Amino acid sequence: MEKFTIQAQAKEPLGGERSEAVTGVVASGNLEILFERNKDSLVVTVEVMTASHGYKPVWDAVIRDFVERVSPGGMHISIHDNGARPDTVLLRLMQGARLMEAQS
Amino acid sequence: MIPKNVMSEPSWYESSARARIEGLLDSGSFEEILPPQSRVMSPHLALFDLPPAFDDGMIVGRGQIDGCPVAVAAQEGQFMGGTFAEVSGAKLVGLLRGVAHSAGTRQGVGAVLLLLDTGGVRLQEANAGEMAVSETIRAIIDVRRAGVPVIALIGGRAGAFGGGGLVTACCSHVVISEQGRISVSGPEVIETNKGVEEFDSRDRALVWRVTGGRSRVLLGGADSYVKGDVGSFRKAAAQARNSTPSFSLETLEREQERLTERLKLYGSCHDTPEIWRIAGLPEPEGIADMTEDDFMSLLAKEGLHHDAR
Repeated sequence: MEKFTIQAQAKEPLGGERSEAVTGVVASGNLEILFERNKDSLVVTVEVMTASHGYKPVWDAVIRDFVERVSPGGMHISIHDNGARPDTVLLRLMQGARLMEAQS
Repeated sequence: MIPKNVMSEPSWYESSARARIEGLLDSGSFEEILPPQSRVMSPHLALFDLPPAFDDGMIVGRGQIDGCPVAVAAQEGQFMGGTFAEVSGAKLVGLLRGVAHSAGTRQGVGAVLLLLDTGGVRLQEANAGEMAVSETIRAIIDVRRAGVPVIALIGGRAGAFGGGGLVTACCSHVVISEQGRISVSGPEVIETNKGVEEFDSRDRALVWRVTGGRSRVLLGGADSYVKGDVGSFRKAAAQARNSTPSFSLETLEREQERLTERLKLYGSCHDTPEIWRIAGLPEPEGIADMTEDDFMSLLAKEGLHHDAR
């Protein structure tokens, strides 16, 4: 298992009122993501735990893409990955951000 | 073919454990105990270089179904096969003990719903898992003795195997769909130990013919048969709450007699059509291939031959 943390700076804080949200399952080729809120409303922290070794550059690229698309400022994101492909990772990140943006 | 009236409904089989809870309970009523953000996770999986899950694949809490308070536990069958382990087991046992303890008080619930989806004990933490299964069985008995029905809902990908099969059999009422499976030794286990002539685990038709929902409900191993959509499970769970048999010595003795008789009648059969032929069902070879509606009307005609649980 490989563990690392990726930090990014967003342009805008992510709206919504939810304090946390979880999406996905640690199944084969899938991952679960827990979204929580950081104190700093522009920082994005992503803690990754993955069963596949040696893919940190791909994670960096996917998370950079996600931060550019959604601007998820203030999110503390924890990931348990069981070999998900990059498109699945991006999909789950987008789902999680959408859940956090809900109004109640 | 999927029946038209359930095609647009979310499928129990396809849904995650969280989605099942959401569809089962009154909207917004679920209050989770030890939710993902409390990060109570398996301490053992890291040793095996395996990623954990925030909820260890067991979601427990309280909610309402048609306004009636219930306790709910749902296994995520896709995480480690929905297995019983140290943390997931403790969450389930804790929930059940809490229900038994609060029965008859203002915090009491009207029923416990177990959304089992499991291959049995998690092999990476097998000792803790085996203990969790026996503690769960003990706790279910205590809940039933306190007068609260325990209802198992079986229709997930992993089925209810190993300890999960034993736990299911201890419940007051079992709801199952065609996709649901209940057994103790799973198909691969039987094949490994007894050879492929005994049981071919890759023969999916055989696996479902023997362990699947239709056989289980016809043989009395399940009490309600539903189409595989979440709404049907919800309806069956709400109804089952009010129609469970008393948990008495008399009930258990009758059940023991029924099982002895069943073994005598069907004990030498090798496949389910042989059983249906002895039982005198029409078209014994065709039971597995009937449409859902035809099977449900056959079931209504035959009635349920058991007084179990």
